[in-house]
Amino acid sequence: MVPFLRKRILSSAIPLVCVVLGVFFLARMTGNPVDLYLPLSATAEQRAEFSAAQGFDLSVPAQLWNYLVDAAHLDFGTSLRTGQSATSMVLDAFPVTLQLAGVTMLLAITGAVLIGSLAAYRPNSLVDRVASLLSMTAASIPDFWFAVMGVLVFGVSLAWLPTSGTLGGPEIWVLPIATLLIRPFGVLVQVVRGSMVSALSAPYVKIARSKGATPRRVIFGHALRNAVTPVLTVAGDLTVGLVNGAVIVETIFGWPGIGKLMIDSILQRDFAVLQAAVLLTAVTIFALNIIVDVCHALTDPRVRQAVPA
Amino acid sequence: MTTTSAPAPSATEPALDVEGLCVDLNTASGTLRAVDGVSFSVRRGRTLALLGESGCGKSMTALSVVGLLDPAAEVTGGAVRVRGKDTLRMSAAERRKLAGPVLSIVFQDALTALNPVQPVGRQIGEPFRIHRGLSRRQAEEKAVELMTRVGIPEPRQRAKSYPHQFSGGMRQRLLIAMAVALDPDVLIADEPTTALDVTVQAQIMRLLRDLQDERDMAVVLITHDLAVVAQRADDVVVMYAGTVVENGPVHDVFSSPRHPYTRGLLDSVPEDAERGRPLPAVPGSPPELSAVPPGCVFQARCPLVRERCVRERPSLRSTGDGRSAACHFSEELDRA
Repeated sequence: MVPFLRKRILSSAIPLVCVVLGVFFLARMTGNPVDLYLPLSATAEQRAEFSAAQGFDLSVPAQLWNYLVDAAHLDFGTSLRTGQSATSMVLDAFPVTLQLAGVTMLLAITGAVLIGSLAAYRPNSLVDRVASLLSMTAASIPDFWFAVMGVLVFGVSLAWLPTSGTLGGPEIWVLPIATLLIRPFGVLVQVVRGSMVSALSAPYVKIARSKGATPRRVIFGHALRNAVTPVLTVAGDLTVGLVNGAVIVETIFGWPGIGKLMIDSILQRDFAVLQAAVLLTAVTIFALNIIVDVCHALTDPRVRQAVPA
Repeated sequence: MTTTSAPAPSATEPALDVEGLCVDLNTASGTLRAVDGVSFSVRRGRTLALLGESGCGKSMTALSVVGLLDPAAEVTGGAVRVRGKDTLRMSAAERRKLAGPVLSIVFQDALTALNPVQPVGRQIGEPFRIHRGLSRRQAEEKAVELMTRVGIPEPRQRAKSYPHQFSGGMRQRLLIAMAVALDPDVLIADEPTTALDVTVQAQIMRLLRDLQDERDMAVVLITHDLAVVAQRADDVVVMYAGTVVENGPVHDVFSSPRHPYTRGLLDSVPEDAERGRPLPAVPGSPPELSAVPPGCVFQARCPLVRERCVRERPSLRSTGDGRSAACHFSEELDRA
């Protein structure tokens, strides 16, 4: 397992460097921060002074060199907006997003496994048809529309739930999680159902039934672990989508997560924070991919054997 | 010691008694009758062969007996009696109690019949967990004993291996170990050697015979292999297009068949084949299930066919000495 991990981490390093470089150059194409941070009436000397203080007077390759040298010392610069270190801002925002994504995926996977398995146990039964219809609908609803409707119905009209913010009891979680949950849940129900239908028609399931296994034992003891490979792959993808796509939900519900931080940094040309946020997100995505691979190896001995021990 | 309350059958009473079994298949183009009034019975210690071509309904019959039909197939009539009770009239929970301690099955493709992501020891020990409530460790202990019995080398270490780490013959042994775990009254073996090398086939057939003798099981052997039937079975049921065309003791049926289909099958064994001369075969192919004729099912391929065969389906009638055949003119075969 260890050489496998080492190899996966090394092969992730190259795309990671590309991401860092890409963001570095793209950020600088959004415009000059000097125009944004100084008043229109600022003199040429003031502008030059600001540029020199932030290092924007250097050539782009020189700026890149400085950035890389600092990054190697885990110093990702200072926010133009707040004067705080970019690292601390990103590390403050990240757990918020991670919590949202984590709770969402936990609920989505648990719910999808239960409902998808039930639907697959009797294909074309009433349960199956209802589950298919609901999951198809859930997978197709645009999340921003759902979020706005949720705020309108439960926040404004019924006044059951807060419309935004992170202050309060468990009820603050309901709308953001529901918004994030709906699509992954719909997609996962379909994936679980599909792979469970084929797992349940396999001869080893017949054999399990010929030993007198109960339906529960057949589904969860035999079929599920065989059906889990595509589910893991898709769940990994959806989690990446959540970490990335938290932007909309965090903006609508005013959650101070990494998505909101990124959007604000782009609008404010806060390069240091943007770069740090993108780097952390990228590292998270690579880590997620490695976790999915490890899960595959854990659930399927044939994958494990293909990996040199 | 089983969880079912009914006593084990005595030597004279059949361990498995199938009577008038009918199975319908629901397809997009309508309902087809896949098994039509099949009857047979087998006592403990005896072997009955269900013989027929692919698609004749023999596997479907076996799956209905153990209650493992696909959802598209449905038992529409008949009775499957074990220990004096009709399993077709039992609840799912009652049937599950029989699955393992009374009725058991071995499939042909042992790679897909074993769960690829579970260690084999756990799978072989599972019947003890389900029916006897043993702990995981105790069940694994039983699995190691069974693996020793069916001839797996180093069973204790191998119990932790996965199915893909075994050869085809070894996997078939593992499946057999799992099937005989709880000493069933009846073991159904659905083409148990089809996917194996000839030398391995012989070993597996010997293992089955030894286990049958040692545990006094009734064995229902499903096969299209005439040689296996001749060597291994006591009685034979010849099936064609979902019906039984002939049955009786193997020796008698094979030495003087009373149905033209059985005769055709036996004639097609290339015993004294000469180079350059075409091998004898039964001409034509079996009817589609959707187009089984109203008269005799074998009429299209029968050398004896005449007007009555088209009009009237022959019933399976006794021809004496424990044999039956479904042919209007079976006496003509005896004389020939």
